[in-house]
Amino acid sequence: MSKFINRENFKYLKIHDKKSSEGDNLTKFNILKHKLVPEHVVLSEEEKRKLLEKYNISEKQLPKILAKDPVVKAIGAKPGDVIKIIRKSPVAGKVIYYRLVIEE
Amino acid sequence: MIESIEFKLLSPQMIKKMSAAEITKTELYDADGFPVEGGLMDPRLGVIDPGLRCRTCGGRMGECPGHFGHIELVKPVVHVLYAKTIYNILKSICHSCGRYVGEKFKAEKNKKLCPHCGAEIKDVKFEKPYAYKIGNQQVNPEQIREILEKIPDEDLPKLGIKGGRPEWLILTVFPVPPVTMRPSIILETGERSEDDLTHKLVDIVRINRLLSENILSGAPKFIIDDLWELLQYHVATYFDNELSGLPQARHRSGRPLKTLAQRLKTKEGRFRHNLTGKRVNFSARTVISPDPMISINEVGVPLMVAKELTVPVVVTEHNIEDLRKLVLNADRWPGANYIVRPDGRRKRITRENAEEIAKELAPGYIVERHLQNGDIVLFNRQPSLHRMSIMAHRVRVTPWRTFTLNLCVCPPYNADFDGDEMNLHVPQTIEAQAEAEILMEVQKHIRSPRFGGPIIGCEQDHISGCFLLTQKDRVFTREEAFQMLCEIGMRPGIDFTLPNKKEITGKELFSMLIPKGINIEFKAKACRGCEKCLKEKCKYDAYVVIRDGKLICGVIDAKAIGREKGRLLDIIERIHGTEEAHKFLDRVSQLGIRFLDKRGFTCGLDDYDIPEDALKEVKKYVEKTKENVNKLIEKYHKGEIEILPGRTAEESLEAHILGELKKVLSFAEKIVTENLPISDSLIMSQSGARGSLVNLIQISTLVGQETILGERIHRGYRNRTLSHFKWGELSPEAHGFVKNSYKSGLNVYEFFFDVMNGREGLMDKSLRTRHSGYMERRLMNALQDLKVEYDFTVRDGRNVIVQFVPGEDGIDPSKSDWGKLDVETLLLNTMKVSS
Repeated sequence: MSKFINRENFKYLKIHDKKSSEGDNLTKFNILKHKLVPEHVVLSEEEKRKLLEKYNISEKQLPKILAKDPVVKAIGAKPGDVIKIIRKSPVAGKVIYYRLVIEE
Repeated sequence: MIESIEFKLLSPQMIKKMSAAEITKTELYDADGFPVEGGLMDPRLGVIDPGLRCRTCGGRMGECPGHFGHIELVKPVVHVLYAKTIYNILKSICHSCGRYVGEKFKAEKNKKLCPHCGAEIKDVKFEKPYAYKIGNQQVNPEQIREILEKIPDEDLPKLGIKGGRPEWLILTVFPVPPVTMRPSIILETGERSEDDLTHKLVDIVRINRLLSENILSGAPKFIIDDLWELLQYHVATYFDNELSGLPQARHRSGRPLKTLAQRLKTKEGRFRHNLTGKRVNFSARTVISPDPMISINEVGVPLMVAKELTVPVVVTEHNIEDLRKLVLNADRWPGANYIVRPDGRRKRITRENAEEIAKELAPGYIVERHLQNGDIVLFNRQPSLHRMSIMAHRVRVTPWRTFTLNLCVCPPYNADFDGDEMNLHVPQTIEAQAEAEILMEVQKHIRSPRFGGPIIGCEQDHISGCFLLTQKDRVFTREEAFQMLCEIGMRPGIDFTLPNKKEITGKELFSMLIPKGINIEFKAKACRGCEKCLKEKCKYDAYVVIRDGKLICGVIDAKAIGREKGRLLDIIERIHGTEEAHKFLDRVSQLGIRFLDKRGFTCGLDDYDIPEDALKEVKKYVEKTKENVNKLIEKYHKGEIEILPGRTAEESLEAHILGELKKVLSFAEKIVTENLPISDSLIMSQSGARGSLVNLIQISTLVGQETILGERIHRGYRNRTLSHFKWGELSPEAHGFVKNSYKSGLNVYEFFFDVMNGREGLMDKSLRTRHSGYMERRLMNALQDLKVEYDFTVRDGRNVIVQFVPGEDGIDPSKSDWGKLDVETLLLNTMKVSS
């Protein structure tokens, strides 16, 4: 755990906070800029349909993420949306993962 | 098809509805020995005697599942297993209006008021196992039931109750289980002995009737209360006879009764013993012992076992003659035990009827023949933590009484021969045999799924043997070489062709085993890590070069053929596949042993003789270090010690002393490597067969610092470790520094410190295995139904995707090159195929 509580990881936050003009963000972290938060993208309806078709699955069979999750709020996804997560992996370099936003 | 199951409480109406008889009598049988109607063995509750028919459904024994009866309890009692639930409900409702209150009461002065009716909410106390107090007033089950009845249906979901009424948690009608689940046994003396549950039920019926009589005759309240309490006790122990705070209900003999909860829980209970635990036929278990001369995928099966275990073979026109011979052999191996006729009737083959059966044999019959050489069997050693803990072996029938296995397969099973036993299973269908052969054979598990390298490899003597064989100036005559190769089962001209020379070097001999097309260069175990690697011209012959299956230079040791590191083994498996690796492993290990047989291999005390001068030098160094340490201690006492960041003065001193003492070991290492005579002990450590340099140093020169939890030894008496030392002494000897060697002998306190260290090792090991065993169990339970689908997604039991690519990289480590893809070899192989 101590590995994560590292000054390095928070380096980017300060720069962002200074630049931000929105009052709210001045006191809040932009978690998307954090080193340990991978890139999150909301899929379009078309992309989502293609994804479900590719794996021949229904929405329910996707991995889930709660709507109240900070990252979901940060990128403004709504329940029913599918989020594409581009992670860095020590074994595979880049890994793409999908999660369905759900309410509680 | 059953789509879903809902669990609900049994309502009193439901209990009555499913009841076949009301039980009112305490007698079980009348004077003639027939079950009494209305008694606990009422014939309407099912049959347990063969030949009789059920009075309710008309079924015979085995057909009739039994039927429930019921007892009308005169006074209600608490269902103990729901006692906690009842308490939780009572806590969160208003006792006068029955509405849900929870935390939303109105506070007024020191009182809590119900927001719905304004009545005071009194605190509820629960006294284990089944007593309740409201305010300070003891309440009986009747009163509790009245309160629970008031709860409106709308409030039930808030209380977490689905399907059922809370008052059903108080029993008014008692279900009597069918006789089929509590059968009585007839002893040899002709006496009937009843099941524990029946005894308990008799108690309930008896007290219930007594209570009813007393109430009707208008007995004083205290008598009724006493009987009521007794009824409650009997009903409670009927459910669970191990409730805390209650005396156990006992049998006449003094043995505690086994009631419902006891039937289900613990390892011997219904769940773990009967439902999760299954037993199999066609299996055997005995002690294991080693046999280095059988192949790694073989298992030696004792003749006695082979005659007991059978494989079914369907008779066809093609095999009828062979099978007929087996039938004629009957119980003489290789024979057969049973035949199964096309109509499914089985017949045992004996010496007497063998001829008759052999004549009768025709296509379509099934012969259950003895286990024969080459049959596929599954071999297993508990604990089965791995997939390598169960592997398929080929049978080799032996005249001994133990299972024998090749030493190379001990590591995956974690087996040794200090009395270990192993299990053997015979797959019965051709499908099962084929599956075992394709997926489970030993050679298919040479590469471990844990790290993508060989987990099965050469051990101990195999490595020492090959190390000596491939040393620089090892030379054999042509005859010797020829003999050795033939001894390990290689055929001249087919498996090997010796170079046309009079003298064959060890390296040339070893090259005969390596398949063609193997090219590899690597550093051997003996590599000293010189600053500039001389490669082929290495002084120590530690740079291995293999070109097209020929060992050009370098010595073969643990790095080449050993388990978990063997580079040569690894590359053969990768390029030529599992079969070739299997053959290589068999031959290499046997060659190693053959050569050791020829050369002789032993170790003795003189292996650890170090010249006097060298020992003196070490002693001098130890003295010097002691002086240094004393100086440090002096400095510490004066308060001049150099304090390390983040440590106290004491800790800094410890760190400095440890650093100083570590230098002794590295000095000793230098002396030992320079002065130790070349011996078989040294060869074992150099080749990586067994033992390390540290072991050699500890035996020959000095044992060094003993540690506990990575520190010098500090525990013991007040302010000192042992009474040999002064209070507060900080010197090396007082804290576990052993300057003697195992050979020269330890003195008293040194020995004690050494034993302390040894004990820590033992404790550590046993604690670690327990810990990791439990972790493994939990992991298995959590991951057991994850599965890789054909579209390469990992899904769980609900078919929900867990990973889109297995392990994020889609690589099966048991088919990988140390967890990675070896693109180069893959390309080469593809090119080979296409050209």
